[in-house]
Amino acid sequence: MKPVACIQSRTVVLPNKDIDTDQIIPARFLTTTSREGLGKAAFHDLRYNDDGSEDTAFPLNQTDAADYSVLVAGNNFGCGSSREHAPWALLDYGLKAVISTEIADIFRSNSLKNGFIPVIVDADTHTWLLANPGAHVTIDIETTTLTLPDERVIEFPIDGFARHCLLEGIDQLGFLQKHTDQISNFEETRSWKP
Amino acid sequence: MSTATTLFEKVWADHVVVEETADTPAVLYIDLHIIHEVTTPQAFSVLRESGLPVHRPDLTLATMDHSTPTTPVSTFKDLLVAGESAANQVRQMEQNCKDFGIDLLGYGSGKRGIVHVIGPELGATQPGKTIVCGDSHTSTHGAFGALAFGIGTTEVGHVLATQCLLQRKPKTLAINIEGRLPQGVTAKDLILAVIGKIGVDGGTGHVIEYRGEAIRALDMEQRMTICNMSIEAGARAGMIAPDDKTVEYMRGRPRAPQGAAWDAAVARWETLHTDADATFDKEVTLDAGELTPMVTFGTNPGMVVGINEPVPESGDASFRKALAYMQVEPGKPMSENKVDVVFIGSCTNGRVSDIEEAARILEGHKVAEGVRMLVVPGSEQVKAEAEARGLDKIFMEAGAEWREAGCSMCLGMNGDIAQPGQLTVSTSNRNFEGRQGVGARTVLASPATAAASAIAGRVADPRSLS
Repeated sequence: MKPVACIQSRTVVLPNKDIDTDQIIPARFLTTTSREGLGKAAFHDLRYNDDGSEDTAFPLNQTDAADYSVLVAGNNFGCGSSREHAPWALLDYGLKAVISTEIADIFRSNSLKNGFIPVIVDADTHTWLLANPGAHVTIDIETTTLTLPDERVIEFPIDGFARHCLLEGIDQLGFLQKHTDQISNFEETRSWKP
Repeated sequence: MSTATTLFEKVWADHVVVEETADTPAVLYIDLHIIHEVTTPQAFSVLRESGLPVHRPDLTLATMDHSTPTTPVSTFKDLLVAGESAANQVRQMEQNCKDFGIDLLGYGSGKRGIVHVIGPELGATQPGKTIVCGDSHTSTHGAFGALAFGIGTTEVGHVLATQCLLQRKPKTLAINIEGRLPQGVTAKDLILAVIGKIGVDGGTGHVIEYRGEAIRALDMEQRMTICNMSIEAGARAGMIAPDDKTVEYMRGRPRAPQGAAWDAAVARWETLHTDADATFDKEVTLDAGELTPMVTFGTNPGMVVGINEPVPESGDASFRKALAYMQVEPGKPMSENKVDVVFIGSCTNGRVSDIEEAARILEGHKVAEGVRMLVVPGSEQVKAEAEARGLDKIFMEAGAEWREAGCSMCLGMNGDIAQPGQLTVSTSNRNFEGRQGVGARTVLASPATAAASAIAGRVADPRSLS
């Protein structure tokens, strides 16, 4: 994972609540054995019309991810399936973070392991962001703050260990492997064996 | 300070290798890792790149279910019905298991099936275990008093390499179900009602424990249906304390402890319950006696209504968008909606008792003209047992399709899908937009309601037939 310290970008808004991982990447795109190239499948059925043309009313089709890489979404983003293909697809599409009032547990965990930043904010901040698409925001991982265009600074929760891994670009498997001795000891000394 | 603990806390504490601190999560040991073809290839790639072995292949249970066809397979050509990339995924799973020394319950084993169906039926799922799988419905195994939850592919790699996960301890949520379910109302109706009450994010950050008289009255397969859908309320895991029914279910299963180990295991399982004075972070109570058959009307499993009740109204934009997608009108009951497809199956309702529940309704009736009904057993063993009981004949005589085991239409990634605009009454777990095919509309229901709907050709109350 590459280190992520700070994201400065404009926002693109998908106001719907409960955007599930089937909407983020439909299951028929999961028959891959690679994690590359999934951006074309991101929000596929929302991005394209039945004839394969782009739906010009869909907000992501009105913006370029190079400048609009922070997604603002309705409450409970990323619910449903555990597919890690969801953050892989969003990152490959060019998005870097999602802001919502709630982000589903497994999606949040998967996102942090890939450097896609889940930002949970209060209802007032969320309402403002939903109403102001294209806002210039700054997401600072070091200070765990979101800065709005009017200089308002909002702290967001992020697990300290996940933050450390993001800033340093640390692979969590390496951290686990440092505990090999404790793991062996646990296996040998536990009171029952699975 | 009270030392009373919940069921979850007991299982958690029993698996902590390294305690969590303010700066680092806990290292949690995993007793059973179930893997399938869709969420593992990229994890095996990481092991290959790093030159790492699988730490405990003996604690890894592998099968293939998601992208596999539900028509009979004898050759590679047959596998291609689900597409070339799906066939490749299946082949890669076989290769990965071979290369890393993992016993694969694949084609020809007679034991292949949905991850959450085969774990329990083999007896690999046991009370007090920690169980993970790259699939959100891993919560199913919590029905045995296991701590079981879905993980992403990066975490699949962590478990393959170390048999451990880095986890923060979640909060606890007690869902107390008082009373008894009325005649004709099932475990599926109950869990849909629970999700309707607490919402699709009501359990986020929590592990649920289902408790109370109505839960104790359920058999093991019904309890699996309950725990299966915990994730639809946002909870990664749902648990039910083991009891005599759990022990009886486990007895004699091929991977259950045997001999002296069995007695020791049963003694340990008997300690797995929440202490009388333990407290939960949140509690919710429901009266089972007030429930009727439930169906969903929208595009998430929390949008649920009694089968004869009017679909509610709301000014909320997401709510209205969902109703527009479903072509459902507020103020009218779901029973007015015409049905195109009926799907019986999935890790929620693909076990023998689910198939039997549907067969009992369907017996002596015909699937309505214009309705396609697919019955997909949850595993090859479920299929064999259902056939031994003659249930397959009831479906085929009624005009339904009796298929091979797999996830099938639950997520439609194997080619089993509904067409745009078609309405499916489905015993699965998700009614998300496009889940069962682009533009396909899904109504979640119990096997009994699904079967009654197949006969009526519209969403129907099974109590009118039984």
